[in-house]
Amino acid sequence: MDILISGLLLGGTYALMAMGLNLQYGVARIMNLANGEMLVLGGLAAFWLFTTAAVSPLLTAFVVAPLAFAGNWLIYRYLLLPLVRRAKSTGQLEVDSILATFGMSFALVGIMVSIHGEYFTYSYLADPFSILGSTVALNRFIAFLAAAAIGFALYYWLNHTYAGTAVRAVSVSTEAAGLVGINVDKVSAMAFALGGAVTAVGGTLISTFITLDASVGVIFTMKALIIMIMGGVGDIRGAVIAALILGLVETAVATIIDPGLTLASAYVIFLAVLLFRPQGLFGRRSS
Amino acid sequence: MTSAETGKLALGAVCVLAAASAPFFSDGYWLSIATTAMMYIALSTSWALFSGPTHLIALSTGAFFGIGGYLVGSGMSDYDQGFWTMALIAPLVATVLALLIGLATLRLKGVYFVIFTLGLSEMIRNLVSWVQNNFLGSRGLYVLTDFTEAHIYWMLLTVAAVVFFSGWWVNRSRLGFALRIIGNDEEVARHVGINTAWSKVILFMTTGFFAALVGAIVAPRYSYIEPNVVFSPQLSFLVVIMALLGGVHRLWGPLLGVIPFTLIWEAITISFPASTTLFLGLTFLLIVYLIPNGFVGAFETVTGRIRK
Amino acid sequence: MTPGDTILKVNDLTKRFGGLVAVNGLSFDVQEHEVMGIIGPNGSGKSTTMNLISGALKATSGSIVLEGHDLTPLPPHKIARFGVARTFQLVRILPQLTVIENVVAGAAFAHKPRWGAEAESFAAALLDRLELGDKKDLGIGSLTYIDQKRLELARALAAEPEILLLDEWLAGLNPSELQIGIELIANLRREGRTIILVEHVMDAIRSLCDRCIVMNSGVKIAEGTPADVLSDPDVIRAYLGDD
Repeated sequence: MDILISGLLLGGTYALMAMGLNLQYGVARIMNLANGEMLVLGGLAAFWLFTTAAVSPLLTAFVVAPLAFAGNWLIYRYLLLPLVRRAKSTGQLEVDSILATFGMSFALVGIMVSIHGEYFTYSYLADPFSILGSTVALNRFIAFLAAAAIGFALYYWLNHTYAGTAVRAVSVSTEAAGLVGINVDKVSAMAFALGGAVTAVGGTLISTFITLDASVGVIFTMKALIIMIMGGVGDIRGAVIAALILGLVETAVATIIDPGLTLASAYVIFLAVLLFRPQGLFGRRSS
Repeated sequence: MTSAETGKLALGAVCVLAAASAPFFSDGYWLSIATTAMMYIALSTSWALFSGPTHLIALSTGAFFGIGGYLVGSGMSDYDQGFWTMALIAPLVATVLALLIGLATLRLKGVYFVIFTLGLSEMIRNLVSWVQNNFLGSRGLYVLTDFTEAHIYWMLLTVAAVVFFSGWWVNRSRLGFALRIIGNDEEVARHVGINTAWSKVILFMTTGFFAALVGAIVAPRYSYIEPNVVFSPQLSFLVVIMALLGGVHRLWGPLLGVIPFTLIWEAITISFPASTTLFLGLTFLLIVYLIPNGFVGAFETVTGRIRK
Repeated sequence: MTPGDTILKVNDLTKRFGGLVAVNGLSFDVQEHEVMGIIGPNGSGKSTTMNLISGALKATSGSIVLEGHDLTPLPPHKIARFGVARTFQLVRILPQLTVIENVVAGAAFAHKPRWGAEAESFAAALLDRLELGDKKDLGIGSLTYIDQKRLELARALAAEPEILLLDEWLAGLNPSELQIGIELIANLRREGRTIILVEHVMDAIRSLCDRCIVMNSGVKIAEGTPADVLSDPDVIRAYLGDD
């Protein structure tokens, strides 16, 4: 039961970062391997504001979101859009964006190391909290609630607003969306920026209960990618369920076998998905 | 064989002989840098054999290299095997692993392969550490041999020469041609009769073989093998960046990337150890935005313009 | 040349995409040395049929048999090695290869593989025949649209296919290029090649095809000589609607 509860709570925050990546890859078609660094930046902001000015991470999230949105918009507009424009094929864009975001990822790690090379240790709402007979840290629970709220808001926005519909249209087909008068570049930039903001806020939340450091981002990138592929690219509900599964499995493996094997367990899931359902848990097998 | 090809082979042989004489002229610091460079030449060139034509960024070098080093360490310390036995077994193990990874991921979209290799060395390191801590006891793994730095240098040079020769041979074979077609348009490749999945898997296995062989040969340099050191994700990235910096559409391209990069990397590691990651990131960005086809590509563009 | 024995048998072929049935219980035969046309309105399943034969798509049910070999479950590269070669609806050239390398690509892995000097001279001869001989060492960037089409055809011919699939090979050509294109296929027909062509250009169908089938909504609605099917009331209704 303890495993179930903390696994689900962890999965909730994973879902948020995977949603961010999903928006960036599903809509803007950029495989953003600097996604984890965006998450760590969100955590770094929370750590820094908390330790220097005692600002609650929940408030920091409101600062992080617009900043990350603006930052990611600039990245898309001035670094990635030129790659989209020069690419002769989707394959070339994929290689270019992988290499470019690797570059950004390393550069961001380098910058963060020079800001704070140690662990981002701080303690916020680490009080025990009882739920359904299990005791978890309050910060985990709060983070989960916040992640769920953001997730629902995002889901509603995508499915029930005009702008959200445009985003979904671009994710289905850039060409068709362009033909019906959607400004594809603008929508892609917005989706990329939004994805970055969602991931960074996820990082702010995660940092309340997982101690991050400057170079840990790539692990989160891996996890977000695994969740996205397991859930199906562009499928938000799939991503949520995949994230919960990953959270559960990791928690179970860490508790029962060895915490050192969480990445290996994520990999086993990944391999199983690639072998048996490469189209995602709910995806339709395409021909 | 045409006379141009014989000429190329002869030139290659002269280069190898010249490189082989290096330990007689320098020792200590410069020989150690030359050995490191030779290691990267073998790794980057063999990496480019697969990733150059297919455009699939394989990040598995660290994992295969680690398998090479770790198996040599484990075999010599735990099972009393000789260095040569282990240096033979390790690449074969890596080749089998590459086969399995290739079969599982290379028939899917390319990006899945890239992602899978991204965390591979980290995952193998976790597994190996776990097995070692829980079942084997954390005994240290010592690789004690009589090899001097010059011996290791010569062994690496031999591997590099073999890699170049295989690359030359593959490039003129139907397999190499198949890979170029796959890199251009995989759909067309299938329709002209190419078994795309196997072509990729075979070349990927070759890459895995050489990376593990290099890892095994370099193991005596470390003397003491730790999973955390030999399974280095950073190595995968260094190999990628050196190959791309030189240019992967020519066999000798990676060589031109390795030499300057190793020197600069060495200098930065000594003078600004905290900035290596930033430097790595900036070099990636430099490649993508300014020299997408590496030094060779830039050079060919310039000479092409002059000729016109 | 007069048609010979049956070379390709398509039997009760069906392809579903989710709820949509793109090809529904399609059966037809193709004889050796025959040029068979598949015509029909947009979305009637012509291209899907071509993709099923070449293996780009997997059939939901039914069978495709070439000279006794069941192609239905095979991946495209195995189908190619049994002697099926094709061109694509949107021309697909290998951009980083030279003109002659594009042709060698068609020959090197096919059911009668050629490699090395033999493949080079074979490819050069093909290019000469398609009037691309003087461009053989150039890159792809310098080719006009019809030259790209010719090159794609040369790549398919380099395989010496038992059966050649031309998927709207004439589409997008201007009137004078169209005459050249039709003449080219007519030459192939005179050589006795077996060809399935999907085409919208009715002049081409009339002058090139020995026989054709007409598809509508995934179903075969007529089969016969071009003159017969094009005057069939069902066919006219399919193209022009019920009114």
